[in-house]
Amino acid sequence: MVNGQELSYLLRLVIQRIFAAFVTLGVVSMVVFAAIELLPGDACQAFLGQMAQGQRLANCRAEHQLDKSPIERYGIWAAGLAQGDLGNSIKRSKPLEEVIGPRFRNTVILGLTAAGIGIPMAIALGVIAAWFRERKVDFWISGVAIFFMTIPDFITGTLLISLFSVWLGWLPGIVIMRVDAPITEVFSQIGLPVLTLMLVMIAHIMRMVRSSMIDVLASEFVMMATLKGLPRWRLLLLHALPNALLPAINLIALNIAWLMGGVLVVEVVFNYPGIGRLSVNAIADRDLPLVQAIALLMAAIYVSLNLLADLLTLMLSPKLRTQRVQP
Amino acid sequence: MSGAEQTMRLVLRSTSGKVGVALVIFHIVLAIVSPWVVPYDFNAQSEVLEHMGPSLAHWGGLDTLGRDVFTRTLLGGREALLVTIFGTAIAMVWGSLFGMFSGFKGGRTDEFMMRAVDTFLAIPFMILLLLVIASFGNSVIVLMLTLGFLYGIGVIRLARAATLGEVTKDYVLAAQARGESVWVILLAEILPNIRDALMVEAAMRWSWMLLAFSALSFLGFGVTPPTPDWGLMIANARIYMPLAPWPVLLPMIALSSLIIGINLMADALAKSLGLDRVQRMPL
Amino acid sequence: MSLPLLKIDGLSIGYEGADGVAVPIVNQVDLQLEEGSTLGLVGESGCGKSTLLLALMGYYDSGLARLAGKVALLGKDPGALNEADLQLFRGGDVALIPQNAGQALTPTLKIEAQMLEALRLHTPLPAASRQDRILQLFDRVQLPDPANLLGRYPHELSGGQQQRVALAMALAGNPKVLLLDEPTTGLDVTTQQAVLALLSEIALESQTAMVFVSHDIGVIGAVCERVAVMYAGEIVELGACNQILQHPRHPYTQALLSSIPKLGQAWAFKAPTSIQQGQDRRLSGCAYAPRCEYVGPTCLKQKPRLTRDQDREVKCVQLSEIARMVAPAGGHKGESKMVGQEYVLSVNNLSVSYDHTGWWPFASRQERKLTVREVSFDIVRGQTLGLVGESGSGKSSILRTLIGLQKSFEGEAQLLDKFDLTTPVAHRSKACLSKIQMVFQNPDASLNPRQSIFAALARPLRIYFRLSEPEIRAEVERLMAAVQLPMEYSARYPGQLSGGERQRVAIARALASKPDVLLCDEITSALDVSVQASIIQLLKDLKDAQGLTLLFVSHDLPVVMALADDVAILQRGQICESGRVEQIFNAPEHPYTQSLIKAVL
Repeated sequence: MVNGQELSYLLRLVIQRIFAAFVTLGVVSMVVFAAIELLPGDACQAFLGQMAQGQRLANCRAEHQLDKSPIERYGIWAAGLAQGDLGNSIKRSKPLEEVIGPRFRNTVILGLTAAGIGIPMAIALGVIAAWFRERKVDFWISGVAIFFMTIPDFITGTLLISLFSVWLGWLPGIVIMRVDAPITEVFSQIGLPVLTLMLVMIAHIMRMVRSSMIDVLASEFVMMATLKGLPRWRLLLLHALPNALLPAINLIALNIAWLMGGVLVVEVVFNYPGIGRLSVNAIADRDLPLVQAIALLMAAIYVSLNLLADLLTLMLSPKLRTQRVQP
Repeated sequence: MSGAEQTMRLVLRSTSGKVGVALVIFHIVLAIVSPWVVPYDFNAQSEVLEHMGPSLAHWGGLDTLGRDVFTRTLLGGREALLVTIFGTAIAMVWGSLFGMFSGFKGGRTDEFMMRAVDTFLAIPFMILLLLVIASFGNSVIVLMLTLGFLYGIGVIRLARAATLGEVTKDYVLAAQARGESVWVILLAEILPNIRDALMVEAAMRWSWMLLAFSALSFLGFGVTPPTPDWGLMIANARIYMPLAPWPVLLPMIALSSLIIGINLMADALAKSLGLDRVQRMPL
Repeated sequence: MSLPLLKIDGLSIGYEGADGVAVPIVNQVDLQLEEGSTLGLVGESGCGKSTLLLALMGYYDSGLARLAGKVALLGKDPGALNEADLQLFRGGDVALIPQNAGQALTPTLKIEAQMLEALRLHTPLPAASRQDRILQLFDRVQLPDPANLLGRYPHELSGGQQQRVALAMALAGNPKVLLLDEPTTGLDVTTQQAVLALLSEIALESQTAMVFVSHDIGVIGAVCERVAVMYAGEIVELGACNQILQHPRHPYTQALLSSIPKLGQAWAFKAPTSIQQGQDRRLSGCAYAPRCEYVGPTCLKQKPRLTRDQDREVKCVQLSEIARMVAPAGGHKGESKMVGQEYVLSVNNLSVSYDHTGWWPFASRQERKLTVREVSFDIVRGQTLGLVGESGSGKSSILRTLIGLQKSFEGEAQLLDKFDLTTPVAHRSKACLSKIQMVFQNPDASLNPRQSIFAALARPLRIYFRLSEPEIRAEVERLMAAVQLPMEYSARYPGQLSGGERQRVAIARALASKPDVLLCDEITSALDVSVQASIIQLLKDLKDAQGLTLLFVSHDLPVVMALADDVAILQRGQICESGRVEQIFNAPEHPYTQSLIKAVL
């Protein structure tokens, strides 16, 4: 029963959050721009390295408008961003959208597949571990989780390659595909990278769900529901789980965003043509405009994930949703 | 009541705590003494064939350049430990101070700080790290300061949250009413009460920083060859793994045992301080 | 006589101690309850009353287990039921009304869903008529506008409404026994009154038996026919409620009753022989012996049994002894001395609003909400002003303002005619800071847990006075003596003291600067009644000995009346009535004051 008052309040909150996300992104774009500005030398010097002299440098600077003042350049960049124009790559001399676009698609496919399979599994495992806490089931689930969240993902990846690809020969190890390969081909190749990402993701999220669930199971309303004579499944799924997930949603989003940073290493390990590997190459090539664009893109992913989590929490939590409409 | 001693005893009571502390101490001692105990010069190339498997002379075999893997593994954690230990210290100090101040001040100062922290967390830290290293070089000082700065941002959040839990308590009000200065309240009244949370956080942060550092070396940005380093060794040798597993496995075991050791220690610490319910975020 | 509805035989509940020996929380309890009758369980916190109550539903907190004894409720032993039967038993045969309904209702489910659930599980009603039944039940518990409540979430209801919903939910399954776990503790005095009235009405009408747990024997008296007084997991006295209330026989019951201040009666408090609070459960003799003023040699050696004594059962071997020692020591109301008419504290037209923070462009601009409206009062040296009000009446805001921690307020406040108390604490002079000190509600929170008692007492001394280390030590010794604590305690940490001792330390710390005014913010409400009484006694002693001026804030009218010379009643941020204590009590004029006094009588 969402009445008008509640709806308008909800709407205002949503607009507020979206506005805040845009403000954050705006500030992030300034910080990213400033950070790159602060580095010694400009983009052309960095890219040309030893050859940054005379006419060559001047040409490059003219081409990338480096002869203008930083504030002017930020203005041009920001105006371009607003229209979806990210600028030009120095190395590849083509629009950044063309460079980033297909690789971004590949990374999104990788991330969404891992999250889509991983999150439900993590929630289920977390609930099971919490219910059987301090018992054998919990011991094994938690132990394996600690293992996968501690060891570096390049080790997990390397081990998975040796196991599933070299030893058992079940899945392709190194990804060999064109950047703009059709989706079906992408799916046929991403088994191991998805598995690597998923293991880390499940480990982290499962731990959160478990501890949140344990807290909720110790709460008074769960005790009350028990004493009301509720069957166990009802108690877990209807009374405990929603309340355990609420505080975890934000953490899960933050975690996924953080894991997306780890995509960088996983993509290098599997030679996967995504945005993570692109960013490593861009830095190695000193292609600063490209680095700048990728950094902003990743920040945008982070901010939108947070926004999504905020909105989801808002939708699911009656307390937040109806704060102002108290009797 | 010697808090530190009591805490240590509690940590050591659990098996996982014992194992964790033992692993961590082992690695630190090794990092200090290894230059004097290694059997070979880490850079000396053997005349024998490449990819030679383990032998009596070379326990871990040789790598692609014919260097002794065992020697390089023993030495491979020195820079990582140096950078991450001091980096964690830097992160904890500046993060705690800012976080406590922000939480205590509240109001607009706090709101502004939190917006700033949110903004910084949105910037992909791996790219930032790589960029800084690409521009300023990968000297130990640059790595320490950059990692210390980046990982301190997360500490601000935690220290602030812990402080918020304390400032509403009456002992802080009582101190304010008594006319104590802000820094006395922060350092003498609040800090001792959030010390536990900060200690656990420091241990966790150390392990995350180590993860980041090893990822950097894996990507070739951490240490300059020929300095031996686990991440770099794994990166260089991994494609030959089906043929010669030792040059990959030894550094893997070394790195994993250190990180797992730190985590076991952190978990035991958290449990013994009753803080294992706190949900933590890497960064 | 019919078969008893509930029969408990030698029930012990406990946990395994570190040395492997079982520590009982509830010790050898025998109880019976007839159909439709009401029984109260009263005792201090930690006496095992809630544990006993939950055991009747077959529920034990983690770590606890039944050590011995039998429970038979309607002939069923909840411990022996299988899971399906236990689910039917809970909520069907016996239902619980929790202490804090706000916490006990699932926050993410609407009231309707939670009520329907109870009905579906425990009644044969067809789905169509469940809605009507809910409305009936809501009507029964006197919830206004029941239809509107259904679509709400628990947090959208007031505390009293939540408690009524919990009651309706408990009644849904037509249980034979209702278990009530401090059901009114979290409520305001007036709401509490209404809920209690409803409970006794239900008890009378519906022939539902009740077991009512409370730390407040007065509350029990309002609802129950019989009462069992518990101490250290044992029942020490059991009998008809009015008999026990009027003529307590067990020394503990006597102490419990005498430590509750009553309106209209002179304060007659006998300090317990020991202020130590811990309840030792492993004594070979009587558990109460260490605190008992009538303790005899047999008490220490032999565990007493609950034995029949005229109209009740009492667990004490010294009864005849006690009866002989008729000791109605006539209390005396401290003579209020009129030493000149110096105003120590004057407050004029003080208004306080919420501190508003935030600079969010979309944040709806909240209209400035006043928590305190134009409050004025003066306190003469050596006098005590009691400020009474329910939670949210703005009494704490006044104290925060006076101590300089409130940001947004208007009005004047003067200390000793020379210090302006509207200055925030950061800008006050040391002289001003030292003249006005505050004691906080909860000593657990107001003492830094990581600071030794000595350090806590030395802090103010170091700030306000230039003293050498030996002088500080001497001062600390004087302060510890003033609050009647041994000097050895100064090396301890707050966690190693009892609640009452901690509050004494907090008082000592406030006295360190030799203040002219002491602000007391609900300083007894976090304590057990007997401890509360000793703290009030301490304040009275200090007042008489040192001519201390007190501003004593409390929600508890009897406590204020026991201590104060003048009283001011706060209602929604305004003083609705003020005057001398006797005058206000004997002839309250304002209807709110009248209702407050009626509520506690």
